[in-house]
Amino acid sequence: MKIVVCLKQTPDTEATIKLTADKQGIEEQNIKWVMNPYDEYAVEQALRLKEKHGGETVVVCMGPDRVTEAMRTALAMGMDKGVHLKDDAFAHSDATGTAKALAAAIKPLSPDLILCGRQAIDWDMAQVPAILAELLDMPQVTVVAKMEMGADGKSAVCNRRIEGGEEVVEVKFPAVLTCDKGLNEPRYASLPGIMKAKKKEIKPLGLAESGLSANDVGKASSKVQILEYLPLPERPPGKVFKEQETPDMVKQVVKLLREEAKII
Amino acid sequence: MNFDLPEELKVIREATRKFAEKELIPISQHMEETKVMPAEIIAKLKELGYFGIVTPVEYGGMGLSNVGHCVIQEELARANLAFCLLISGNNGIGSMGILYFGNEAQKQKYLPRMATGELLSCFALTEPNAGSDAAAIQMKAEKKGDQYILNGMKHFITRADISDVFTVIAVTDKAKRQKGGFSAFIVEKDAPGFKIGKLQDSMGSDILHQCEMIFEDCEVPAENLLGQEGDGWKAAMRVLEEGRLGQGARSCGMARRLIDLCVDHANTRVQFGKPIAANQAIQWMLADMAVELYAMQCMTYDAAWRLDQGDRTQARASKVKLFCTEAIGRIADRAVQIFGGMGYMREAPIESIYREARALRIYEGTSEIQRLIISRDVLNK
Ligand SMILES: Cc1cc2nc3c(=O)[nH]c(=O)nc-3n(C[C@H](O)[C@H](O)[C@H](O)COP(=O)(O)OP(=O)(O)OC[C@H]3O[C@@H](n4cnc5c(N)ncnc54)[C@H](O)[C@@H]3O)c2cc1C
Repeated sequence: MKIVVCLKQTPDTEATIKLTADKQGIEEQNIKWVMNPYDEYAVEQALRLKEKHGGETVVVCMGPDRVTEAMRTALAMGMDKGVHLKDDAFAHSDATGTAKALAAAIKPLSPDLILCGRQAIDWDMAQVPAILAELLDMPQVTVVAKMEMGADGKSAVCNRRIEGGEEVVEVKFPAVLTCDKGLNEPRYASLPGIMKAKKKEIKPLGLAESGLSANDVGKASSKVQILEYLPLPERPPGKVFKEQETPDMVKQVVKLLREEAKII
Repeated sequence: MNFDLPEELKVIREATRKFAEKELIPISQHMEETKVMPAEIIAKLKELGYFGIVTPVEYGGMGLSNVGHCVIQEELARANLAFCLLISGNNGIGSMGILYFGNEAQKQKYLPRMATGELLSCFALTEPNAGSDAAAIQMKAEKKGDQYILNGMKHFITRADISDVFTVIAVTDKAKRQKGGFSAFIVEKDAPGFKIGKLQDSMGSDILHQCEMIFEDCEVPAENLLGQEGDGWKAAMRVLEEGRLGQGARSCGMARRLIDLCVDHANTRVQFGKPIAANQAIQWMLADMAVELYAMQCMTYDAAWRLDQGDRTQARASKVKLFCTEAIGRIADRAVQIFGGMGYMREAPIESIYREARALRIYEGTSEIQRLIISRDVLNK
């Protein structure tokens, strides 16, 4: 069984995000970059499937030089090898451009299964896996919280989270699955794993080798035009009630929670 | 000039930080209260390879550089110094004697099992009458047939109660003393005539203990001699030198934790209608802490990198040990001040770091002994 995991490097959830002066992006200088947390579930799932059914696991990632750190982490967790889509032409791709690049890298691998995180925690769009599935003409199951391999080894039964419950879907391989929290508990990269990962191959793939043209990807192809980024609005100061009778204050707080905050 | 870590060490730093944040920091305070490190956590540290950081690859370890070892110690000490102390025998004073002075059979017998954490180890030099003046040790080792008979006592030995293998320094030739009269031995915990004396309660966390070790006609096979008879002093000095950089890295980790906690507290603790961080008095303490941390990190990693290039000159490790362990004392003191009464209470994680930091200026060579080493180097130019 051949499994591809698509991986993205994102700022750490704890990172303080500051906009660049021209409001066209974020300041990347002092940010701590990590593997997109949802992608960890995808890596873990790939490793568990391989441990049970054998096969090969490949991690595919698009981005500048720094992303190899996240790829090495995936290799240290146990993935077999990597393909790094690396070319200035790929920069500023929108979801379609990104999916095209990933599809170009993945197609020659002819995988049985493609696993992605349910979304990247930076732009939160959750579009790339869906477009990727379309481009590769594969079925897709998103937000998978449980996965059971079929007896034939060529299909799976997946539980996906939907509003108010779960939907159970059977899917035939090859397919694209996006992984949600709860699917598994990702392992830590061990020191021996990290040392082994040093010797694993990360193959760079530029625009020319990918078979795409400059019009397919990057800013040129982007159907989304970013006008500017805005910082989150400052949180309004909390309301404080004091120097009144407690029952009166409680009444006012309950009223506000119901009518203004709308949380009760 | 490039001060960036190589990619492999960035991955290691990230992996260790993540493990520390998810598994170690959350249990740290509970560990302080119960004085017990959970067995599952020790098992996880073994499984993830943390007992074989510097052991060479051919003996089952990671063979990491001094820089790499410092990176890991900094992240673990940030969670709790006890995690560093737990692995420090196998990655340092407990295994270095075997690595540098042992023969092939000894290395094969012990190092691979130390690298996995199956065997824990420690280093026993200090005696009641021989601390800073380690050359005053009295413990005797006499050769009888194919055995050495050890008599005497060690104290303040970290982890001895849970260790399986000890590197013990003893006198084999009274006349020669440290000039060829001391020898180093591998002693196993079940050697006839050996026992642990009392566990020595301290002002520190006591999650791991300092112990007395008592040797009464203790029988050690002659094949457990490390190197030649008379190599003991050389072995001890080499082992201690390696450890000094580690004290720098650990101080950095503890300082980072304290600064993070203080920044949070200063921003959220309101007195006189505003966060205490709005006061210049608090701001300046934080500024001084940040400057000292920066200096500590620069020194530690510069010295580690130079040692990796084979440069052991200029008493650098002593300078790192002296500056960093004194700086963490000042930082911890300011942290208590910024936290006020809560900094003094057991319920906040400040006072335990303050107490633990105090020991760093004493073991593996007091501040005074480091100054002695450094001034000798300065004057000899
Ligand atoms: C928590 C802890 C863990 C330890 N773990 C170990 C271990 O695992 N293995 C081990 O072998 N030992 C261990 N030790 C022992 C430690 O190395 C010694 O405590 C240390 O070397 C100091 O010796 P001492 O306590 O006898 O103090 P002393 O040597 O009696 O020193 C007392 C004071 O006199 C000063 N002094 C001494 N000589 C001079 C001088 N020439 N010039 C100026 N000042 C001087 C000292 O700096 C100090 O301030 C540990 C100690 C502690 C506290």
